[in-house]
Amino acid sequence: MADLTKLIPGQIALLQGNEAIARGALEAGVAFCAAYPGNPSSEILETLAESADSAGIYAEWSVNEKVALESAAAASFTGLRAMASMKQNGVNVAQDFICNLTISGSGPGGLVLITCDDPSSISSTNEQDARFIARLADLPLLEPSTPAEALAMVKFAFELSEEIRNLVVLRSVSRLSHTRAGLVPGKLPGERPKPYWDPKTSYFTMPVVPMHQKMHQKLARAGQIMAQTGFNRYEGPELPELLIIASGSSALYASEAIALLKADQKAGVLKLGCTWPLPAEMLLEHLAKTEQVLFAEEVDPFLESEIKAFYAQNVTQLGIKRFFGKASGSLASTGENSPGKLAAAIAGILGIDWRALDKDYADKATALVTALVPPREFGFCPGCPHRASYWAIKQTLAVDGRQGLVSGDIGCYSLGVLPTGFRRVNSVHCMGSGLGISSGLGQLGRFGFNQPVVSVVGDSTFYHAALPAMVNARWNQADYVLCVLDNSATAMTGFQPHPGTGQTASGQGGCKVDVESMCQALGLSYRIVDPYDLTATQEALYDALQEGGGLRVLIFRRVCALVQGRQGGHPYRMQIDQEACRGQECGCNRFCSRVFRCPGLVFDEASGVAAVDEVTCVGCGVCAQICPAGAIVAQPKEEVAA
Amino acid sequence: MSTALKLNVEPLDLIITGVGGQGNVLASQVLGRALLKAGYNVTVGETFGLSQRGGAVMSMVRVTRDKTMGPLIPENRATAVVSLEPLEALRVLGAYGNSEVMVLTNDRPLMPVNVIAGASNYPDLSELKAALENLSARLYWLPATKVALELGNPILANVVMLGALVGCGLLPVGLAEIESALAEMFNEAKMPANRQALARGLELMA
Repeated sequence: MADLTKLIPGQIALLQGNEAIARGALEAGVAFCAAYPGNPSSEILETLAESADSAGIYAEWSVNEKVALESAAAASFTGLRAMASMKQNGVNVAQDFICNLTISGSGPGGLVLITCDDPSSISSTNEQDARFIARLADLPLLEPSTPAEALAMVKFAFELSEEIRNLVVLRSVSRLSHTRAGLVPGKLPGERPKPYWDPKTSYFTMPVVPMHQKMHQKLARAGQIMAQTGFNRYEGPELPELLIIASGSSALYASEAIALLKADQKAGVLKLGCTWPLPAEMLLEHLAKTEQVLFAEEVDPFLESEIKAFYAQNVTQLGIKRFFGKASGSLASTGENSPGKLAAAIAGILGIDWRALDKDYADKATALVTALVPPREFGFCPGCPHRASYWAIKQTLAVDGRQGLVSGDIGCYSLGVLPTGFRRVNSVHCMGSGLGISSGLGQLGRFGFNQPVVSVVGDSTFYHAALPAMVNARWNQADYVLCVLDNSATAMTGFQPHPGTGQTASGQGGCKVDVESMCQALGLSYRIVDPYDLTATQEALYDALQEGGGLRVLIFRRVCALVQGRQGGHPYRMQIDQEACRGQECGCNRFCSRVFRCPGLVFDEASGVAAVDEVTCVGCGVCAQICPAGAIVAQPKEEVAA
Repeated sequence: MSTALKLNVEPLDLIITGVGGQGNVLASQVLGRALLKAGYNVTVGETFGLSQRGGAVMSMVRVTRDKTMGPLIPENRATAVVSLEPLEALRVLGAYGNSEVMVLTNDRPLMPVNVIAGASNYPDLSELKAALENLSARLYWLPATKVALELGNPILANVVMLGALVGCGLLPVGLAEIESALAEMFNEAKMPANRQALARGLELMA
C-alpha cells in the first residue's frame, strides 16, 4: 500500500481497484473513513490509513462494520464527507443501521458505503450479492467496471449523497477490487468544512410513514440525477438482434465475448453503471429496439428480475421480448462470469457455431490435467499456531472420549473444517456465530445431551461479534469451553490491528483492550496457554472439559507465524534423525506427514524416511513433539550457527 | 535496446501462476508498472485471498496499445504462461492453454499438503515436463529456485522468472524497464539481489 496523496494529478499511475476507490474518496475531500477488514475490501482503508497524515483525514479500523458505518454517519451529520467500506458479509452486520439511516437520511456531508462482493467466493464463506441492500433500503447503487470508473463514481457518489441527503452505495467485486490498471488521478481538494451539528437538528425515523414516503422520493430524485451522468451507455448496432444488459466486470466480458464471436453487427452492450433505481427512460429506449435480451451480472439476477418486472409494467408499449440470463439457464446461477461463459451464452442465443478451442487440444489438455494434476488443498502456513491448536483439541477430545464438538468461527482458523485442521471443526457460519452455536449446545444438557462443547474464536472476531454471545453464555450459564485462538493479528485479511493489539489503523497507539480484561469484567476465570507447547495445552483443555458448569475460557496465545517471520523468525532448525526414523517400517504409518500435514515436513519416497523441506519449514519446533519415535529434532538456530 | 522492442501480439495475454507466498502478485505488479511506464494500456487481474494458505494463485497481465481489457483472459487464450511452480503450469494450461502458448516454468516443485499426506500423487517430473511440452508451442524449463538459492533467498525465484520472461522476446519492454519498476517497490538495500536475479533469469534463456 502507499500514500495516495503522492500521486501527481494528470500523470498516469497503475492503481488497484481498491486504491482507485480510496483515491476517489480523497479527491472528493473525504474527511472520515472507517472499515472492518475483509477480502476483497481491505486495501481501501489500508490505503486511506497510509494516506491519512498527509491528506489530513481520519481513517479507522472499527470493531465491526456496523460501528464503522455509524461512525461515518456521525461525521456526515456534522457536514464532513465520510465513507465506510466492507465486504459483502459486512453489509449484513451494518444492515439494521442502514435500514433506519435511510429513513432519517444522512447529513450535509456526503455519506458513501462501499461493498466489495466476492463472486465465486475466492476468499469468503459465501458469495452473497450485497446489491440487495440498495433494493431493500431504497439507496442509489453504483457499479463500476474499471478502476478509472471506480474513482470517478466515488466522487460522484459523494455529490449525489449530498444532493438527496441519503447514503449512496458503490458495489465492487473481487475482480475489480483486485485489478490494477492505469488511471489518471485528478486534483486533491483544499479546505474542508469545520464540523458542526446544529443542536436543533435531529436525525430520527419518526413519524415513520411520511418519512418512508420521503425516502422513496429521494430515490426517485437520485434516478433523475444518475440519468445525467454518462455511467450508463450503449455500444453496438442501432437495432441489435441481441441486447446484452451488463454491469460491473461482466460489461467488459460481454464486449470481449462479442469480439471473440465477431458478432458486433448483431449484439450490443447496454453497460449500466447506475443500476438502482433502474434507468427507466434508457431501458424503454433500448428494449424497444430489440427482441432479445441477455442479462450479464454477478451473482444474483438483480437487474434481470427487476428489469423483467419493469418490462411487465410497460409490456403494452414494448411488445413481446425473449429474455435470457440466469432464469433461462443461459448463464449459471452461481459463480463469476467470464468472457468464455458469455461467449457460449451469446453463441447459443444467436446460433453461432463457436468453441473456445480446437477439439484435439481440448481433449489432450483435459486428459493430461486429469491424469497428472492433483488438487492443491488450502492449509495452514508452516509454523501456524492454529495447526498446533487444532492438534491439541483433536487429541484432547479423543482422550476425553465423549464425542466432543467444536463450533468454529471466521478467520484463518475456519480452515479447521479441512484436513489441515484435522477436520476438527463441526460448524462455521458468520462472525461470532461459533459462540452463539455453543451457547445453544451448552443448554442441551437438560435434555440429556452429553457431548462436550468447545468453541474456537480468533482474536479479531472476538471483538467484532463474539462479545454479546459471550455475555449471553455467562448470563444463562451455557456449558462450554471457549478457546480464543489469539495470534495477535487479523491474519486472514493482512494483519490489520484490532483492539487487543492496542494499535490503530494509522499505526498510532490506541488503548489496548485485551481478552483477559473482557473475561475479568464478566467474572470468568481463564487460563493462558502457548499452543506450541502441545502437552501443556492438552492438559489445560482436558481439565477445562472435565470441570463442567458454565463458560470456561482458555486463551491460546502465540503470534501468527507470518508475523513471527517478519519479527526475526522462529528459533529452530528442524532435522530428521535418519537413524531414529524407521519410515514405512515404523508402526506409525507416516504419522508426521499423513496426519500432521505441515507443508514443511515431507516424506522422502526415495530414502523411505521423513524429511524437512528447508525452503518451506520455518522452524517452529511443534512437529518434534508429535513423532512417536522421537526422530524429529529441533535444534536451536544459534547452535547450528555455532 | 528497449526502443527496438514492440508489442507483436495484441492483446498480449500473460498468466503468472504459482503457489501462495511465492510472490506472483508482486511479479505481475512489477510487470504492470514497467509496461504502463512504457506507454502501454495494461490490466493486471490478481486472484488472491487465501493466497498465503498454500493454495494456487494466479495473476493475469493483459497488454494492448489502447484498448481497455477486462481482468480475465478468455478461456484458452493465454499468449504465455509464467509459472513459479511446475505443477501449476499444467493446471493453468487446462483452462487457458492453446497450441500456440509459450510456457516458462520454474522446475522446483512445491508439494501440496495432500501430496505430503499421501492422499494424492505429485507427477513424476519427466512426465510433467513432457505434458507441458505436449500442450505448448514452446517450453522453457528453468531452475529458478536453484538460482535464487545461489543468490541467497528462494523468494527471488519470481524475479529470476521475470528476467527469463524478458529473454523470451514477447515483452515490449526490456531488463532496464523491469529493473526500474522493481526499484519503485523495493528499497535500495534489496536491489542488488533483485538486479542479480533478473540478470541470472535472462541468462537462463541465452
